[in-house]
Amino acid sequence: MNLDYTDAQKTFRDEVRAFLDAKLPERLTDAGRKGRALTKDDHEEWHAILNEKGWLAGSWPEEFGGAGWDAVQRHIFEDETTARGAPRIVPFGVAMLGPVLMKFGSKAQQDHYLPRILDGTDWWCQGYSEPGAGSDLASLRTEAVRDGDHYIVNGQKTWTTLGQYANWIFCLVRTSKEGKPQKGISFLLIDMNSPGVEVRPIVLLDGTAEVNEVWFSDVRVPVENLVGEENKGWTYAKYLLTHERTNIAGVGFANAGLANLKRIARAERAGGRPLIENPHFAARVARVEIDLMAMATTNLRVVSAAAAGNAPGAESSMLKIKGTVIRQEINHLTRSAIGPYAMPFQSEAVEGDNAGAIGPDYGARASGQYFNNRKLSIYGGSNEVQRTIIAKSMLEL
Amino acid sequence: MNFELSDEARMLQDGLRRFLRETYDAKTRNAAAEAPQGFPRAVWDGLAEMGVIGALFTEDQGGFGGTGFDIALVFEELGRAGAVDPMLDTGVLCGGLLAELGDTEAVEGVIAGGTQLALAHGEPGARYDSSTAETAAARDGDAWRLTGRKAVVVNAAAAEAFLVTARTDAGLGLFRVEAAALDFRPYPLNGGGTAAELALDAAPATLLAEEAGAILARAEARATLAICAEALGLMEAIRGLTADYLKTRKQFGQPIGKFQVLQHRMADMLIEIEQARSAVINLAGNLDGPDRDLHVAATKNLIGEVARLVVEESIQMHGGIGMTMEYDLGHLAKRLTMVDHRFGDALHHLERFIALRAA
Ligand SMILES: Cc1cc2nc3c(=O)[nH]c(=O)nc-3n(C[C@H](O)[C@H](O)[C@H](O)COP(=O)(O)OP(=O)(O)OC[C@H]3O[C@@H](n4cnc5c(N)ncnc54)[C@H](O)[C@@H]3O)c2cc1C
Repeated sequence: MNLDYTDAQKTFRDEVRAFLDAKLPERLTDAGRKGRALTKDDHEEWHAILNEKGWLAGSWPEEFGGAGWDAVQRHIFEDETTARGAPRIVPFGVAMLGPVLMKFGSKAQQDHYLPRILDGTDWWCQGYSEPGAGSDLASLRTEAVRDGDHYIVNGQKTWTTLGQYANWIFCLVRTSKEGKPQKGISFLLIDMNSPGVEVRPIVLLDGTAEVNEVWFSDVRVPVENLVGEENKGWTYAKYLLTHERTNIAGVGFANAGLANLKRIARAERAGGRPLIENPHFAARVARVEIDLMAMATTNLRVVSAAAAGNAPGAESSMLKIKGTVIRQEINHLTRSAIGPYAMPFQSEAVEGDNAGAIGPDYGARASGQYFNNRKLSIYGGSNEVQRTIIAKSMLEL
Repeated sequence: MNFELSDEARMLQDGLRRFLRETYDAKTRNAAAEAPQGFPRAVWDGLAEMGVIGALFTEDQGGFGGTGFDIALVFEELGRAGAVDPMLDTGVLCGGLLAELGDTEAVEGVIAGGTQLALAHGEPGARYDSSTAETAAARDGDAWRLTGRKAVVVNAAAAEAFLVTARTDAGLGLFRVEAAALDFRPYPLNGGGTAAELALDAAPATLLAEEAGAILARAEARATLAICAEALGLMEAIRGLTADYLKTRKQFGQPIGKFQVLQHRMADMLIEIEQARSAVINLAGNLDGPDRDLHVAATKNLIGEVARLVVEESIQMHGGIGMTMEYDLGHLAKRLTMVDHRFGDALHHLERFIALRAA
C-alpha cells in the first residue's frame, strides 16, 4: 500500500496549482472565504476561465470537448480548487446533463447542447422534485401529453436550484400512468423561455433565494427534446444520480471550511485567550478534523477503485452521509465561534463586498451558512434515504 | 412536592396562550420584521393590557408575581408563539434593573407598556464574559460622560433610552443614556427583533448606580431563565409542528411518520425536551437561592445542546420545506438557534459549571 500519488499524478497536481496561481481571480476566492453569495456573473466568469483551458468538463471525453480525466485526476482538481476557495462548477449542465446526453442523447442533441454547456450559452437547471415528490421521486406528476410534434407539459417543479439564472431545464415528466410509476417517466429538455413557464423564488433560512418553484402551464415542447426513449426516463435519471454523486464527500469544501474555522478561532478571544486555545472548543475542532482526515482517505479509496474501473455503488452513500455531517459540524462550530455576532441577520451585507458587515467581516456569513447548509443532508437523496441504500445494498438487510 | 401551577398561574397561562395564538402568525411576524421597531406594537400593547409585564415583578415593585416560576411561565408562552417582542430586554433586563434600584416610577412605565428600553452591556470582543466592560465613565460637573463601544444591543430600534454599563472609580457603574443623544443604525436579528452597535463618544449620561455588578448578575440570571423558558416554548412548538408534519406528509404511499427511524428520532427529541423542561424548573426554583449560578450554568448549557438537536432534527425531518422562510418552522428554528448566542453559549456555561462545581 502506498498513500502517495504517483509521479504522473503529482505532476498533474502541480499543473493544477500553477494554473490556479495564474488564473483564479482573488475576487472570487475572497467571496468564498467571506461567504459572499456568488452572482451569475461570478459563476460564468469562472466557467469561462476553465473552459479556455479545456478544464471545465474534466470528466467528459476529449471528443466532446472535455479533459478526459480519470477519477484520481478529477479528485486532485476538485481538491485543489476547493481548498483554494474557488467557486464550485455549477453541476447541472457539466456534471449532470452532459453525461446523460453523451450516453443516451441523439447525435443531434449532443452536437447542439454539449458545446453550449461548455461555452456558457446555456445555463441548465434540474427539474426533478415536485411538492408531492421528494424522496419518493417516482411519484412525480408533472405531465407531458403528446400532441403531434409536441408534448404539452403541465405541472409544477420545486426546489429548482439557481433556476432564476437558467434558460433551460431538464425535467422528469410523466408520459404514462400505466404500470409501476417508474415506468411512465420521460426525460425532457425544456426551454425556459417557452410561453407558460413561470419561475418563482423561494426564500431560504439565510434570506437568499437560490431555489425556485417552476410552473408549467400548457408549455409546448418539441418532441426532438425528448432524451432517449419515451417512458425510459427513470433509467437515465438513475444514471445521472451516479454522476451527481461525484465529489459527494466534499472533502475540499470541508478542508476549506476547517481552515476558515481555525482562522476565526485564532482571531476570536474567549476568557482573554484565543478561542482556539480553549480546551473544550479545541476538542470539538480536533474531533471533526480527525473525522475529516479519515474520510479523506475513505474518499481516496473509493476514487482509486473508481479509477480502476469499479463504479462506486453504495460507497457514495457512505461518503454523502459522512461528508455532510462533517461539513455541518464545521458550520456549527464556525457559528459558535462568532459568539454574539452570530445574531445579526446579515443577508444584505454579504450580497455586496461585506463592507457593511456587523462585527468582524469573517463572521458575517457564519449563521447564514450554518442555516443554508442544513440542505446538505436533505438534497440529492436525504441522509435517511442514503442509509436505506447502504442497508439494502451493502448489508443486504 | 408539587409541580402543578396555581389557579392564578394557570389562568395567566391560558389567557396568554390564547391571546398569542390569536395575534401571532407568520403575517404578523413578517410585518414586524419590516416595521422600524422590529416587533408588532399591537401585540405589545395587548400584553401590557393583560398585565403580562406585571407578572415579571413582585408586589413591592408594583407587579403581581416576580418569582422564577412567573418568569418561566410567561416566557414559555412567548416562545411557543415565536414572539419577537422585547419582553426580555425592556421587561426582565431593564425593568428588573430599575426595580432593583428602587425606581418605582420607571418600573410603572415599563409595566404599563409605554416604555421601551435596552441594556447596553456587552462589548465587541468581550464574547460572553459579562465582567469585562472597557467603556469608561467620566464625571462632567453634575453629569457623566461615557466613552466606549457596545455590541449587539438588542431592542435598540425601539428603545427610548439605554441602560449602559461603564467603568467608574468605584467599579462597574450603570448609567442611563437617552437614545436621542446617540447616532446609531439598528439592524435586524436572526429570529426577529433588532439590535445596534453603539459608539459612545463622551455621550451624556445619568448615573443610576456606581457599583452595579451584583444587580447586573442578578438581572442576567433572571434573563437567562427567561430565555431558557422561551427556548422551551420554542421547542414545544417545533415538536408539535414536526409531529404534525410526520403525520401528514406522505412519501412512498404512507405518512413519513410511519418510518421507524423518524419515530425513534421524534421520541428522542421528546425525551430531550422533557430534560429541558426539568432544567428550566430547576433554575426557576433556584433563582433566588444560594446555588443560583450553578443552575444558571447547568440550565443554559443543557438548553443550548437540546436546542441544537431540536433545530437540526426538525429541519431534517421536514425535508426541503424546513429550509424555507414561508413556513413557520423557519422562524422558530432560527429564533431557537439564537438563544445560544445570548448570555453565554453551551460551551461557556459548561466551563462555568465545571468551575463552580470545583470551587
Ligand atoms: C436547497 C435545496 C436545493 C435543491 N435543489 C434541487 C434541484 O435543483 N432540483 C431538484 O429536482 N430538486 C432539488 N432539491 C430537492 C431535494 O432533492 C429534496 O428536497 C429531497 O429529495 C427531499 O425531498 P423532500 O424535501 O420532499 O422531503 P421528503 O421526501 O418529504 O422527506 C421528509 C423527511 O422524511 C424522510 N424520509 C422520506 N422517506 C423516507 C424513508 N423511506 N425512510 C426514512 N425517512 C424518509 C426524509 O429523509 C426527510 O427527513 C433541493 C432541495 C433543497 C433543500
